[in-house]
Amino acid sequence: MVVAVNTTFTLAYDVYSNVPGAAVVYKYIRDSHQNDPVRTLLELVFVVVMAWYFFNNKPKAKDEVKLTEKEIQDLCDEWEPEELVPRMTEFQNSDLENMAVIAGAAGTKCKLADGKERLNFASNNFIGVMNSESIKDKAIGALHKYGVGSCGPPGFYGTLDVHMELEQAIARFLGVESSIIYSQGFSTVSSVIPAFSKRSDILVVDDACGMAILKGVELSRSIVKFYRHNDMKDLENVLKKINESTKKKPLTRRFIITEGVFQAHGDMCNLPVIMALKEQYKYRLILEDSLGFGCVGQTGRGTPEHFGIAPADVDIYCATMANSLSSSGGFCAGRKEIVEHQRLSGLAYTFSASLPAILAVSALEALKILEANPNLSVECQQNAMAMREILLKAGIPQIRVADGYQTTPIIHIRLTSRLSTREEEELVLQEVVDQCIRDGVIVSRAKYVEGQELHLPVASVKLMASAGHTRRDSEKAAGIVRDAFRKVLKAHRLA
Amino acid sequence: MGKGSRAHFAQPVSSSDLLSVPVVDGAPIGLYKSQTDAASSKPAAAAVSSSASESLAADDELGGFVRRGNEELEHCIEKTPLHVLITTYLSYFILIVTGHIRDFFGFRLNPEAFAHLRNKNCYAPLNSGFDTFYHRRLYVRIRDVFNRPITNVPGRTLTLLERDSKDYNKTFTLTGTTRKVLNLSSYNYLGFAQNEGPCADAVEAAIKKYGVQSGASRFDQGTLDLHLEAENLVARFMGKEAAMIVSMGFATNSTTIPSLVSKGSLIISDELNHSSLVFGARVSGAAIRVFKHNDMKDLEQVLRDAIAQGQPRTHRPWKKILVVVEGLYSMEGNICNLPGIVALRNKYKFYLYLDEAHSVGAMGPNGRGICDYYGIDPSNVDILMGTFTKSFGAAGGYLAANKDIIDHMRFTSHSNIYAESITPPILQQIITSMRIIMGEEHGNDGRRRIQQLARNSKYFCSELKRMGFIVYGSDSPVVPLLLCHPAKIPAFSREMLKRNIAVVVVGYPATPIITSRVRFCISAAHDMGDIEYALQQISEVGDMLMLKVSEENGEHLKKGNVEKKKIH
Repeated sequence: MVVAVNTTFTLAYDVYSNVPGAAVVYKYIRDSHQNDPVRTLLELVFVVVMAWYFFNNKPKAKDEVKLTEKEIQDLCDEWEPEELVPRMTEFQNSDLENMAVIAGAAGTKCKLADGKERLNFASNNFIGVMNSESIKDKAIGALHKYGVGSCGPPGFYGTLDVHMELEQAIARFLGVESSIIYSQGFSTVSSVIPAFSKRSDILVVDDACGMAILKGVELSRSIVKFYRHNDMKDLENVLKKINESTKKKPLTRRFIITEGVFQAHGDMCNLPVIMALKEQYKYRLILEDSLGFGCVGQTGRGTPEHFGIAPADVDIYCATMANSLSSSGGFCAGRKEIVEHQRLSGLAYTFSASLPAILAVSALEALKILEANPNLSVECQQNAMAMREILLKAGIPQIRVADGYQTTPIIHIRLTSRLSTREEEELVLQEVVDQCIRDGVIVSRAKYVEGQELHLPVASVKLMASAGHTRRDSEKAAGIVRDAFRKVLKAHRLA
Repeated sequence: MGKGSRAHFAQPVSSSDLLSVPVVDGAPIGLYKSQTDAASSKPAAAAVSSSASESLAADDELGGFVRRGNEELEHCIEKTPLHVLITTYLSYFILIVTGHIRDFFGFRLNPEAFAHLRNKNCYAPLNSGFDTFYHRRLYVRIRDVFNRPITNVPGRTLTLLERDSKDYNKTFTLTGTTRKVLNLSSYNYLGFAQNEGPCADAVEAAIKKYGVQSGASRFDQGTLDLHLEAENLVARFMGKEAAMIVSMGFATNSTTIPSLVSKGSLIISDELNHSSLVFGARVSGAAIRVFKHNDMKDLEQVLRDAIAQGQPRTHRPWKKILVVVEGLYSMEGNICNLPGIVALRNKYKFYLYLDEAHSVGAMGPNGRGICDYYGIDPSNVDILMGTFTKSFGAAGGYLAANKDIIDHMRFTSHSNIYAESITPPILQQIITSMRIIMGEEHGNDGRRRIQQLARNSKYFCSELKRMGFIVYGSDSPVVPLLLCHPAKIPAFSREMLKRNIAVVVVGYPATPIITSRVRFCISAAHDMGDIEYALQQISEVGDMLMLKVSEENGEHLKKGNVEKKKIH
């Protein structure tokens, strides 16, 4: 103890004698306290209170139970955790076992393990450029210049010239100031939202938004209000209510978040109304347009173009590059200020390795193809319409095509009358998928992480239109899907 | 520390076997001729490098793998000397005061420049608070040392695109010139970042056969035969029943932790865990507790406390407890105390999630990560996670575990269901580089890389310590060196760049505010000449910036003026 006190004093003296000007400060303090005991007392009390506050400020759990060492030991010995993961259901097991595996390259046509070539309507290959020869050539060129991995996050020598080129190309394509590349599509929007929206900010979110948005929203810790899917009246009500409740509070950031084309339904958001409401109520808009970018609008400039709105008017525009651009990764486009902020605050940008050059170059090439052939987007829409036409006119009352006539490339086909359990529905739909595959068309059943979605969408068979298919192939595929439904429904005596 | 069975390794290798393989010592290529003076041309460099390898051989009989005791592990982070601490705080104080003064006058004299920080037309500013202050007044001033763009492959050397700023780092323009510099910054531990050689050949063939993309998420018919092949290989490599590959390293953590734990479960996380782990833990909905970095006593305390108290308010027992740690901490350069954690795991029945983003490939005599390094059977770790971005020169990440766990993840990991699947060229890079590491392709190449990396990092780290720098960690290819003062962050980086070396400097918020540092990443692609050159330049810059302030290695410093001269 004595030694400790002694060393402390010595140390204090050392510091004192080493810091220039300390003598002056000491003299000043001594002088100012000389004839003023009240002041000295007051300051002493102040110091004691500070010290007390400092040492007592450790947050203690209020409801902590005091236990003896032995009790703690007993509790530790007793405790039995649950299994790390629940047991797989039979359905899940069969799902895994029967998962279709593509042998060789994926494309508008591809082979499964049995070696038979089939039409592929499961890929997000909307403008049909996936694995085209020109993209492959560019990729190989990039391989021999850049290697494969970038071996570092963008901040630490992971920014390649091709990344900057791609960012500029996307910004130019959309007519916005700037854009930023993330290395996974899914992680883009879930990283963008918390970069801007913090605690006490307000998020108004369409309740059919997908998992990526939900997770971003959750991470932001902001105040979240959901409005009913595409219900503009409800949106306005929500906005009004927020306005009333925050009238006297300081102004915080407010965002409306929606998907451009909804992955769960295949419909489009009502962008013109949302734009008007956002202006009226002073919100910023975050638009996730992964299923719209490249394949919606006259020239593939996404949902905004479809409604005649300039993408630059959308404050924050995010999309994946794994769909229309047939590569990997995602981007966020907007004003410079918005993009630059993410370079330090976008978690999945700052803390992740950058996109491999091969993939950046592939995306760039796909974008060039799209720019040179603006009709690709329309072709995709026409194929989607043709397929919807056949399915809608199939005359099977037991199925419905989600959201009727739309030009979006994603088509969900659902059962009209719900079966007793979801698993039963999934089983029937899986049979349809299997039947389609047997008949030469690869489609998929929409899959979700059950229990984590806000509203789990009704089970569906999912078809993806593509400009890479001919009109005839598209119609043929739709016909096969229709027939498969007929056959399976009949077998289950549902028809 | 227990020696687990090594039955899962196809060709069991003990650390000492490594020495029998001769290291190919490539002659230093004249990269830095313009910088070095005549005295250190080839003969001299060769002399230094041979003496260096002798001293290496003498002091490590394990070919670079000296396992350390637990106590040592916990204490290998040196304290900063007091005077450095005080002057560092003072520096920040001055920076912040200056910043506020500039803001004060700026707001009044040049309101337009600050318009984006004010409420405008009833819109709150996009950024506010300390974030924007930090960004404008501290970060932008030294922005030229971050986000430096490059071209070509980030291998032994980097090709920087030179840039220029005319408005004090607010914007940059590329000058159009490039500059080749020695790369001490990329996570290219085993030197697989290559644009030629066996990996590149295999990847080219894969692009021709499979194209660039598989078209959809894994469960939306986006699975190729190549995916299954790679996953089986990873499982075999990690000594686990099954594995799952995710298209992005960051997302491997952030989208998978929610499939393991949720409300009612507890995550106990090391305080220095990577942002992706924090992301994943937060979106999982589970409760989160933090224990002091690599401190087994604190972990045990947290565990006992958590199990005894149960969930807050209800006091129900936790459904399960997941302890999340990293194998090699990328900002500290130190290795997790796995033996200690495994002992606690046996005692307290928690599940263990080990993130080997940096350690897989780079650590252990077989390159199989921390389990291999300690000789611990992988069955002691429930979930092995790692990335391919680093040692494998690819991208993406993996999870390896028992089959039932991986199967469950396939249905519940967001990346498997919603995100794009990993692309064929990347998969092929993973497959080929992993086979090389395993010795299944190209003979001794993999072993040579592992050994070269171990030697390089061991030598580099010990030399820096000898010079009197404060260096964190040991044994690892990540070598952080403390800078502390904010002004030394850009100074170090710029000085090194003048000497044609690219280094990574990090400050707040990636590190605690007082321990800004430079982080060197050593690679098997470096030869002894590179390491010697780098050490010599670091020593010079270290003298210039007064960085040799270590108190633990101070004795060397006092009697070591002679030794110091030897390096110059």
